[in-house]
Amino acid sequence: MNILKNIRRSAALLVLLAAAASAAQTTNLNGAGATFPYPIYSKWFDDYRQARPDVQINYQSIGSGGGIRQITARTVDFGATDGPMTDKQLFAVDGKILHLPTVLGAVVPVFNVKGLSELNLSGEVLADIFLGKVRMWNDKALADLNPGVELPSAPITVVHRSDGSGTTYCFVDYLSKVSPGWLKGVGRGTSVNWPVGLGGKGNEGVSSMVKGMPGAIGYVELIYAKQNGIAYASVRNKAGRFVSADIEAVTAAAAASSRTMPADFRVSITDAPGEKAYPISTYTWLLVYQKNTAPRGEILKGFLRWMLKDGQKSAASLGYAPLPAEVAVKVAAAAETLR
Amino acid sequence: MIPVIARSIARSGVKKVAGPRERAGDRVFQAALCAAAMSVVALALALACRLSIDSRLLWKAMGPGFLWGTTWDPVAEVFGALPFIFGTLVTSALALLIAVPLGIGAAVFLSEMAPRRVAAVCGFLIELLAAVPSVIIGLMGIFVLVPVVRSVEPFLISTLGRLPLFSGFPYGVGMLSAGLVLAMMVLPYITTITREVLMTVPSSLKEGALALGATRWETVHTVSLPYARSAVVGAVFLALGRALGETMAVTMVIGNTPKISASLLDPGYSMAAVIANEFAEATSDAYVHALIGIGLVLFVLTLLINGCARWMILRLARPAGAR
Repeated sequence: MNILKNIRRSAALLVLLAAAASAAQTTNLNGAGATFPYPIYSKWFDDYRQARPDVQINYQSIGSGGGIRQITARTVDFGATDGPMTDKQLFAVDGKILHLPTVLGAVVPVFNVKGLSELNLSGEVLADIFLGKVRMWNDKALADLNPGVELPSAPITVVHRSDGSGTTYCFVDYLSKVSPGWLKGVGRGTSVNWPVGLGGKGNEGVSSMVKGMPGAIGYVELIYAKQNGIAYASVRNKAGRFVSADIEAVTAAAAASSRTMPADFRVSITDAPGEKAYPISTYTWLLVYQKNTAPRGEILKGFLRWMLKDGQKSAASLGYAPLPAEVAVKVAAAAETLR
Repeated sequence: MIPVIARSIARSGVKKVAGPRERAGDRVFQAALCAAAMSVVALALALACRLSIDSRLLWKAMGPGFLWGTTWDPVAEVFGALPFIFGTLVTSALALLIAVPLGIGAAVFLSEMAPRRVAAVCGFLIELLAAVPSVIIGLMGIFVLVPVVRSVEPFLISTLGRLPLFSGFPYGVGMLSAGLVLAMMVLPYITTITREVLMTVPSSLKEGALALGATRWETVHTVSLPYARSAVVGAVFLALGRALGETMAVTMVIGNTPKISASLLDPGYSMAAVIANEFAEATSDAYVHALIGIGLVLFVLTLLINGCARWMILRLARPAGAR
């Protein structure tokens, strides 16, 4: 009977008392997705918690792909992505997902050439460099864009992102628009089959490689180039002007294309028209269902109202361009349809 | 891997303590241990099943050609794993090539020759090295090792450049840097285990060899190392397992280019690195399945190497009478 005694004794040990959960006052909202807007999102969610202590928003920056997968599976209350969902992906969703733009970002070509702090590039030449067709810094194509600049006779080392990323998507989306060779040979994606070059992990990987390697060219988000003090090139826009990236130039690109903004906000603003527009810019989106379970729709709506009014003011301080006024109005109208 | 080593280290053999009558507590104890052991097996099986199921679209689309395909194009959804398999194997082999002689040498010195205080301090520092997170080693690789390699590579190219192994362009990042970083990471495993085992060599054996007129080298070579042989092999395979699976440190210095090149100076890619890099932003099903397929290949490869380790240790294990 020893066995029974032992079993009874161990069973007694296994009994756990369940503590009655105190009635929670806070509503939790969970989101996941893009890493690119993570700094501004975490600031917003923090600030919003100050304004509305009864709402706690959690955000995991697991990448746009993860954000799309999780919102599709309804394991989160909202997703976030740097590249809009495709028609095929939206078709697979049970329910209606809205794309709501929050801020804008820019991608800049960074380079490391001794004695050179400014450089002019056109989309075609940029594509040819990343295709491996322009291999030397003193190539005629580069010299033609930079009259009077002494370019060294050194090989170009291309550096790209090794991890799938919205930054890459924005950059290759631009190259696909301006270079038929790129569109045909490589195409668009968060990761692509790069014809040449080295892969660096993350913006920090690319910027440290470009910084350390003479003759290198890469692409990073504007804020990383500024923070790391790496020279970045001006890019010729659709109007034929060479534009250096800054927050105004990005907002200009968004404003220029706001009239043709589709109702679902899924728009690419690379190679935007307009004299001041910086051509390698992109929106970043929140993904929300139009219909949500009881309090969540209202809470999301409340946050979106706050984000479009107060939140936009803190965007520039973190290196993001705020939405142009006319786009913000449209997003606000879309946010009001949430339930 | 670990049980193999644990067994070879602690070969002292625990005798079965069987009392006159088995008590119920013993049976419960035995059942609990059995469940613990089975849970490990179940976990491995579940992992294999899950990996196979979640990569089914890949096998349907690419077939076994995935294993020897050399193109990795997520846009066109053409996937081939060979450059990643190549990169993983080459960097791991390079790491062992550097770390095994260094690690065993250090272990012999620390256990046989170094003054006690030096041995204690060195041993502690080496164990500390094993505790450094891989992302830190990777950052050190980027900021310290890669610039050094980049400045050494032109010399390698000008002297040994005729060999395909050392031809190419001095990028700094590449297979060579990845191999060096991995060597740094696996060194503590080899050194610590080898040292511990060498310290268990009975001093009567060593004294016997010395009494017969053997030099110190001969003692190490003919007595200590053969005694510790199977444990050392185990340590090397543990290190290999670590090198095969290492992700962060490798991806930061390998150059992340899925190409197969004979030169160690060229950039490459590894299996663990591509999964970590591309999984978060993989949006299409086929893409996700391809990355999980890479995981399955890595799993099977590790399994094969484990089997190989077991076989080698069995073969090397001396007859029981030798103790």
